[in-house]
Amino acid sequence: MAGKPKLYYFNGRGKMESIRWLLAAAGVEFEEEFLETREQYEKLLQDGSLLFQQVPMVEIDGMKMVQTRAILNYIAAKYNLYGKDLKERALIDMYVGGTDDLMGFILMFPFLSAEDKEKQHAFIVQKATSRYFPAYEKVLKDHGHDFLVGNNFSWADVHLLEAILMVEEKKSDVLSGFPQLQAFKARISSIPTIKKFLEPGSQRKPVPDDKYVETVRRVLCMYYDVKAN
Amino acid sequence: MAAKPKLHYPNGRGRMESIRWLLAAAGVEFDECFLETKDHLTKLKKDGFLLFQQVPMVEIDGMKMVQTRAILNYIAAKYNLYGKDLKERALIDMYVEGLLDLNELIMHHCIQPADKKEQHLATIEDKATNRYFPVFEKVLKDHGQDFLVGNQFSRADVQLLETILMAEECKPDILAQFPLLQSFKARISNIPTIKKFLQPGSQRKPPLKEEDLPKIMKIFH
Repeated sequence: MAGKPKLYYFNGRGKMESIRWLLAAAGVEFEEEFLETREQYEKLLQDGSLLFQQVPMVEIDGMKMVQTRAILNYIAAKYNLYGKDLKERALIDMYVGGTDDLMGFILMFPFLSAEDKEKQHAFIVQKATSRYFPAYEKVLKDHGHDFLVGNNFSWADVHLLEAILMVEEKKSDVLSGFPQLQAFKARISSIPTIKKFLEPGSQRKPVPDDKYVETVRRVLCMYYDVKAN
Repeated sequence: MAAKPKLHYPNGRGRMESIRWLLAAAGVEFDECFLETKDHLTKLKKDGFLLFQQVPMVEIDGMKMVQTRAILNYIAAKYNLYGKDLKERALIDMYVEGLLDLNELIMHHCIQPADKKEQHLATIEDKATNRYFPVFEKVLKDHGQDFLVGNQFSRADVQLLETILMAEECKPDILAQFPLLQSFKARISNIPTIKKFLQPGSQRKPPLKEEDLPKIMKIFH
């Protein structure tokens, strides 16, 4: 029997979180090895486990996969969450690209100075409410289906829910102008695998804190300042 | 008969260049509509053509596609440059994503402030020669084949060539320690569709000149 996928990353969200979401949505159990020390990271480097010297890395189906998008593409295709044909895949890729950009603004947030955090907070909310959420609201309104693409649950739905929840952590009423997204959020959250992932005790990671930032900086020797958008 | 794909972007490389490369490699003719002014971009937005109000945008097969990766994925799959199965696709994706990271770094060189340019160039050289190129040199060495994945021409080969050439524009002898990448470069450059794209008069765009940067910035800001 194939081993479970094994995730190598810090004990926090970062770039690995979308992968956790997708595996969970697909009902795939996975293991995690958390990077706590520089030594662990250097061992992975020396073993040649990290193709471009970076994490995320996921051991899956005999491969040591790196590059978040490559890993997500593989999981989505393997577990039939990538649409039924090229055109559906194109839509899914477009939608995921948008939510990826949006979540990217939030990804760097914990590493910003206090002053930049304030600016970035406003930036995130502005982009979410004027660029991204309206696009998905319209998609749902126009076809009236439960899911974003092809009337079928896909990676795009998982990714959008993840993005919605992350933005709501920044501004709890951010969905107030988006009735379709509110209903979408409730609907997707009720899917059994997603519901399970949203419960306490799951492998979903909490909002990053100072300890997380400290760990990342220490393990990667990443002590430079991160700039806001 | 299907219309040619139509690319909407300023007249320069930016994020559209990888798409031009891939279409050219696949032997697909395409038209281009160059954004010259902010008004032009505003009109595209108002007409509802840009899903996230951004370019690149490519009209292809009845779709107005946005998001560089989505567009590249679609073209690669459509023209059989995406491997023959999931595992080959996984390898291609890993290689392409790594190269896109390096591309991104090189792309940002032109917008560096004058006092940061030299350091940034050093970063590009360091990453190219210590992180990215050794990987591809090893891949080619280990399997001894002409192409990166599955002994067949794919988007990974196109992307690697594009990135090598861009890196060489930063430092002409950047492939000095990489003999297999040197022969790879020669080999892939000779593929007829690629050879054509590398000739003067093709739709390949030159590096951004510093004096052209303000005009481009005005379109977006």
